[in-house]
Amino acid sequence: MNKTTGKVVSIISNLVLVRIEGNVFQNEICYIFLGEEKLMAEVIKIIGDIAYVQVFESTRGLKPGSKVEFEGHMLEVQLGPGLLSKNFDGLQNDLDKMEGVFLKRGLYTPALEDDKKWSFTPLAKVGDTVAAGDWLGNVKENWLDHKVMVPFKFEGEYTVASVAEAGEYTINDVVATLKDKEGEIHNVTMVQKWPVKLAIKAYKNKPRPYRLMETGVRVIDTMNPILEGGTGFIPGPFGTGKTVLQHALAKNAEADIIIMAACGERANEVVEIFAEFPHLEDPRTGRTLYERTTIIANTSNMPVAAREASVYTAMTIGEYYRAMGMKVLLLADSTSRWAQALREMSNRLEELPGQDAFPMDLSAIIAGFYARAGIVYLNNGSTGSVTFIGTVSPAGGNLKEPVTESTKKAARCFYALSQNRADSKRYPAIDTLDSYSKYLEYPEFIEYSKEKLDENWVELVNEARNVLVRGKETEEQINILGDDSVPIDYHITLWKSEFIDFIILQQDAFDKVDATTSLERQQYMLKKVIKVARSEFKFDSFEEVAIYFKRLINIFKQMNYAVFKSDEFNKSEEEANAILEERLVK
Amino acid sequence: MSALQKVYTKISQVTKATCSLKATGVGFDELAYIHGRLAQVVKIWGDEITLQVFSGTEGIPTNAEVVFLGKAPTLKVSDELCGRFFNAFGQPIDGGPEVDGEEREIGGPSVNPVQRKQPSELIATGIAGIDLNNTLVSGQKIPFFADPDQPYNQVMANVAMKAQADRIILGGMGLTNDDYLYFKNLFENAGILDHIVSFVNTTEAPPVERLLVPDMALTAAEYFAVDKNENVLVLLTDMTLYADALSIVSNRMDQIPSKDSMPGSLYSDLAKIYEKAVQFPSGGSITIIAVTTLSGGDITHAIPDNTGYITEGQLFLRKDTEIGKVIVDPFRSLSRLKQLVIGKKTRADHPQVMNACIRLYADAANAKTKLENGFDLTDYDNRVLDFAKEYSNDLLAIDVDLKIEQMLDTAWNLFGKHFSKSEVSIKKEFMDKYWVGKED
Repeated sequence: MNKTTGKVVSIISNLVLVRIEGNVFQNEICYIFLGEEKLMAEVIKIIGDIAYVQVFESTRGLKPGSKVEFEGHMLEVQLGPGLLSKNFDGLQNDLDKMEGVFLKRGLYTPALEDDKKWSFTPLAKVGDTVAAGDWLGNVKENWLDHKVMVPFKFEGEYTVASVAEAGEYTINDVVATLKDKEGEIHNVTMVQKWPVKLAIKAYKNKPRPYRLMETGVRVIDTMNPILEGGTGFIPGPFGTGKTVLQHALAKNAEADIIIMAACGERANEVVEIFAEFPHLEDPRTGRTLYERTTIIANTSNMPVAAREASVYTAMTIGEYYRAMGMKVLLLADSTSRWAQALREMSNRLEELPGQDAFPMDLSAIIAGFYARAGIVYLNNGSTGSVTFIGTVSPAGGNLKEPVTESTKKAARCFYALSQNRADSKRYPAIDTLDSYSKYLEYPEFIEYSKEKLDENWVELVNEARNVLVRGKETEEQINILGDDSVPIDYHITLWKSEFIDFIILQQDAFDKVDATTSLERQQYMLKKVIKVARSEFKFDSFEEVAIYFKRLINIFKQMNYAVFKSDEFNKSEEEANAILEERLVK
Repeated sequence: MSALQKVYTKISQVTKATCSLKATGVGFDELAYIHGRLAQVVKIWGDEITLQVFSGTEGIPTNAEVVFLGKAPTLKVSDELCGRFFNAFGQPIDGGPEVDGEEREIGGPSVNPVQRKQPSELIATGIAGIDLNNTLVSGQKIPFFADPDQPYNQVMANVAMKAQADRIILGGMGLTNDDYLYFKNLFENAGILDHIVSFVNTTEAPPVERLLVPDMALTAAEYFAVDKNENVLVLLTDMTLYADALSIVSNRMDQIPSKDSMPGSLYSDLAKIYEKAVQFPSGGSITIIAVTTLSGGDITHAIPDNTGYITEGQLFLRKDTEIGKVIVDPFRSLSRLKQLVIGKKTRADHPQVMNACIRLYADAANAKTKLENGFDLTDYDNRVLDFAKEYSNDLLAIDVDLKIEQMLDTAWNLFGKHFSKSEVSIKKEFMDKYWVGKED
């Protein structure tokens, strides 16, 4: 097939105008020849015979008249065994395969290994009727069962004509052949390509989320739970602990696959993941966390257009593993940088801007992206899910800015990070009262929690929340009226809320034990603190209240720092019970 | 100029910062001389080339001579850079000779993230507001956030002198002549001039020239860090004036401004500079300490806001009226990389002591609000207020000069003096070891 070609006519930073000789389509990928180098670019607008392309690299030194070749496909990723334990850039180049300390312009490296052999076991039988996404075979990727599937691009039904025997194969070896309705035979290998901007829909249906996605973070699991296949976002001014929280989620969440998209963020934060993850023990398997992790790193100094692509690359890989029946947790830090990349391009295209110079369709783009998450029933009846949590970096910490507002409409959980809490080192700085999880109202979840957690789970959570609300109101009144002008009960109400704050909400991400709390332990502690909150106490003066609760908090904190049900834990618990006895009204 | 270079003499458009003309064979980002002034290609629209003239377009005639140089801005790097002062174009301003060396394009490519090493070397400054609460690590990038009336250049110079870097690169943007001379004298008097390279754009020079300063400074830094495996400290002051220059250019190029009249690409523009901070696997490193001046302490303005999202924390300077000294504000300051060293390279109680201090300092702030609103204070309120004053004076003030162990001991003494054990609430193992007050 002859490729459409063209010539560069105009250059404004990474926006290049190309006069085309032939046909191109929107979002088609092309390469611009600059000396020995080939610069990858994507068509983003076409007017007459001029294609506007955004270049994924620096255009320094590019001259009008340079040759351009169009590739006939959109931006695609390679999907197959070998995606895990990899560090990709936003365009799925394997960063570890690049030579030299500095990134070289025009250097593209393959995502997967052509020569590596994988141990294949057939799952389908000759004569089976199959459709896109159906499993044909299994290969072991690290310790995970990686499914070789009917390529997502295949439309309609096929009959399995042959399947390879169990054995060692490379990704390009034919492992199955499929016959279509017309009797034509199609080869299937372990690898397939998929355009990142399109959602993979090779599943039967997509129900509402209903199962809890355990993260080990109390303020999330207990107070504002996210569900498997759910969506959440974390907006917060800088310095409020967004990234620390996301890393904590990556380390502790109960997912099969973790995909982290570092989108336009600091390189050193990515380095931290590179350095830590290979050594972090996976609490559930005893292997390392890295074996089930893929990292997409497009840091802030890497080209802007590739940053825009990076979140789609990450989502597509997530959907690929979902189709294998896996629980995927996708984390993107930060979606604001992605939106800014959209803004920079829209600006160069001289589009009429919306609020804060963002493109008018920002809301639709964000909603479209969040909609790709979800739990699905596959054709064979098993489930798979992509749970997505993105961070948002609101300009000036103002939650009324366009990216936050648009995301709020799209995501179901909202984790508000508060500057005040961060200032007083109350981490994670999630403000429980400003945050919400719409899933707490889902009948599907209430049903699930009754069965798996506690008969009254949602009521208990709401009770804790009410204590916090009352505490906040009382604090305001005390601040207005003064400590000694309010009844002692006010102080007790305030301190009960402080107690829940210190014991449930606050969690030390840097402490070995406290960093992650099992669901069982969360249940235990929630019931315990609710019992304290329901108790009546007797004090003679308001000063006593603070002193007493500080003691109580101190001892409960020691419990949080101790291994659950260990001697140390039990000892602290006994001590706590004794302290409670002192003031309890019987 | 070589005879082969084509000379153009027909300028079709002149604005305050740009000139346009018809020319062919010109590359993007390429340099040119217009009327003897340095300019850079910022837009190619068919055969019409738009150039940004760094020193402004005053007096440029329509028949001005335009010569394209066929290359992006460069700097000649060699050890001869040491001890020298240059302008934004890399030309000497200290009366010395031109530097000979390898010519490198400035604003070069980024480091492959997988090739970076995790920063792990602590940089001690003696200032407790930094070492205790916001510990610096080599390969970090961090700005001082300060109002224009605070002594940020002095504090930064102070940190630089104590930091024991192999090489210091100063990038001065919109530096007043007085401050330029301050740095020059300081380096000369300390006898460390041969460790220092300076690129300075003073307020007397046109603002747009500043845009070259960070890239010049960082190209020099990469030479020392990569080629010579040195630990390089880059000082950039004042990045707010750099961003202002960006907005001038984008405004004159008719770009749609986003928040606070800043260009929509401000985040990427600043990130490109700050992300040059790196720990190389071969041992060299680039650490960036910058200054971002604020207007009335407002950190929500686009410049400090975007900076905060890029840098690994910020050091917030504020005058504490209570003790009459400038302090490093413990609430608004943060060093994101401190977790890599505190309690690991420093004493194990460091993280908990730091947090306890700040929590008690926050309680003092609440007590102060109560006091201002005319309420009676509790005994605890009075004690936290006393603590806060001493904490501020003995630890937060920028004139403190202590070793980190001494800072921790000072903090334990303050705990013991003012509080009971449960009020301090630190892990038991540290309490057992370091508590100097009375038992509960």
